[in-house]
Amino acid sequence: MAVIDLGTSVLAMRRQRQLYSFGAVLLVVAMMAWGYSEANELNSGSFLTGLTKFFDYPSEIVIEAWDLGLFGLLGLMWHFFPALIETLNIAFVATIIGGFLAMGLSFASTRNLDVWPPLIPVTRRVMDVMRAFPELVIALFLIFLLGSSPIPAMIAVAFHTAGALGKLFSEVNENIDRKPIEGLKAVGGNWIQRIRFAVMPQVAPNYLSYFLLRLEINVRASAILGFVGAGGIGSELRRSIGWGQGAGDDTAALFLLLFLAIIIIDQTSSYLRARLTGAARH
Amino acid sequence: MTAATLPSEPNLELAQRAIRGRMLRAVGIPLIVLAYLAYAWMAFDVSAILGNADPQRAALLGVDTIYHKVHVEQNLRRGDLTIAVEGERTATYAKGTSPEWVAVEGNRTTIDLGDGYIAEIDGQTLQFNVPDYGLIVAKVVNDKVEVTLPGPMPEWVSGNEQKFDARPTFDRRVQVSRSKIEVHRYFFGWENFWFPFNSPLNGMSAGAVVSLMLSADRLDPAQSNASLVWNTFWGNQDWQHGVIAVALFETLLMAVLGTLTAFILALPLAFLAARNFTPSMAVRFAVRRLFDFVRTVDSLIWSLIFIRAFGLGPLTGSLAIAITDMGTLGKMFSEALENIDGKQLEGVNSTGANQLQAYRFGVIPQILPVLLSQGLYYLESNTRSATVIGALGAGGIGLVLVETMKTSRDWENVAYIIVLTLILVSAMDSLSSWLRRKLIEGSN
Repeated sequence: MAVIDLGTSVLAMRRQRQLYSFGAVLLVVAMMAWGYSEANELNSGSFLTGLTKFFDYPSEIVIEAWDLGLFGLLGLMWHFFPALIETLNIAFVATIIGGFLAMGLSFASTRNLDVWPPLIPVTRRVMDVMRAFPELVIALFLIFLLGSSPIPAMIAVAFHTAGALGKLFSEVNENIDRKPIEGLKAVGGNWIQRIRFAVMPQVAPNYLSYFLLRLEINVRASAILGFVGAGGIGSELRRSIGWGQGAGDDTAALFLLLFLAIIIIDQTSSYLRARLTGAARH
Repeated sequence: MTAATLPSEPNLELAQRAIRGRMLRAVGIPLIVLAYLAYAWMAFDVSAILGNADPQRAALLGVDTIYHKVHVEQNLRRGDLTIAVEGERTATYAKGTSPEWVAVEGNRTTIDLGDGYIAEIDGQTLQFNVPDYGLIVAKVVNDKVEVTLPGPMPEWVSGNEQKFDARPTFDRRVQVSRSKIEVHRYFFGWENFWFPFNSPLNGMSAGAVVSLMLSADRLDPAQSNASLVWNTFWGNQDWQHGVIAVALFETLLMAVLGTLTAFILALPLAFLAARNFTPSMAVRFAVRRLFDFVRTVDSLIWSLIFIRAFGLGPLTGSLAIAITDMGTLGKMFSEALENIDGKQLEGVNSTGANQLQAYRFGVIPQILPVLLSQGLYYLESNTRSATVIGALGAGGIGLVLVETMKTSRDWENVAYIIVLTLILVSAMDSLSSWLRRKLIEGSN
């Protein structure tokens, strides 16, 4: 091929590429424009009126909270503290139970851990299904069966967590060094001993780090599930918002409580995760 | 502890202490976790709630999701007989018509429940023949229910002077109260799924519907047969295919619009939060705190505030998703920007490119894999979030699900919505991982 031909073909390819990128950008813009106009039509309030009164509600809450004074607000937050504990308990228990299930699932779904091979695709599909179920669906179903209590939320979050963490854990398992496993096999270690002494020390820091990340997500999920009837801070929020005018101070206290809880959990978890991954690297 | 700090002599005490510490941890941590779970068991009162849980109720719900029942009801005050699918007024058999297992002769109605179970309503009296048990007679006399049983009272019978209830098998049930006698027979399948009960299309086979669509003789002179079939299906009152489809579309719209908007907002802000692009510490600090703030406020609080301002609907959901994810995506993008290779940027700058061109050709290609994979990952997880935000009141399939469950009229409708939601979520999952594979691995 002559150099000149190469030049023209490169140019042609570049033009084609530019055309594609331009097309993609145009597509995104068109989709956004159409999507927003469609969404605006389906919405009960329109974008522009919403924008003008966007700060009405937050300022109403803030004013009511302001009238209460700092100590009043702190008192309210103390009053709602048990609800927060309930939400945190839901998240903790669900993450612990889900994490244990995920460990079992991940060991049974990784090729290099010497499990019975036909089991692997089965556990993978099971995890896919567990992940696909939105927490809301299971929670609502169980609330109907068991009544309004934190248990439906806990089971729902644990179920989803098992699927989500199981996938991440099995990715961790796939990248381990197999030599310790071989070593234990050579001295006659059984499967449980191999998992305990050859696999766990390698994967534990990563597992814990994913576990903490999931805990952050689950605290938020538990708060939301409370709103649909699973108890905790979410149901208090639903009540105070349902009351409308006059309950703004309650809402403010609840927002603040949730906000602070999330900050503390996030910060602690990211500090611990940084230490864990740092420890794993040495 | 590293090897350098160890004393050269083997120190037994040190080694023992290390081993003791490890053992303590190996036993202590599981104990703490167990103690916590035990505390939670008490705090949630799990035993009481599980004790109250009725497995029978769960089984009946399960049956209800795949079966439908037909009510035969004799009203004792007015004396009229109605036969209706799921007892709904829209699915009532016209006067004088009945399914073949119900025979009406004047005041006497004979209901064949299959396998020898026969119920007979005669005026104020119900006679219920149960094979291997005998004939149960329930009568309403002087505003009281009088029951005569052929033998000892079996466990599937319950009742008092006001109400009598017998359910010998899960798919046959009779009830007598002071005002009415009711017989239910269950059938497998979702009733009237395609077309409503009272439409002429109900009960037609698929072949018959197709040939009807192709034929020129109009069933309804106002519209063609094909559009009649479509409209009847779409407007089916019982199953609300149209309403549910719109709700699914709203949920998808929330996820796609929310993610795209978050992406577009996060990208320029990420440049402002990255050390190597924004020398000003104040700006960097401000943008990073903004990211932290919107992330921490959480989609629950954002949704509630947005619902107040913008009302119910997909716009609200999109904006709530957009603002929450703007924080998360912005943080990730700015971290990716801080890790880029500066040489490419210098190279592009040295050719005399302006700032925009330098970013476009020196920076974006380096972070594109991160941008795309994170964007797609969030699209996938937002489809799930959109159902949840919908349930808080933003609309979409989440709200439809909550409302259908609240009325808890027919669990088959709930099952139908759940199945469609799962299909939507899984489809988005597969689409996103397929695109990720294509775009990112393809570009390497």
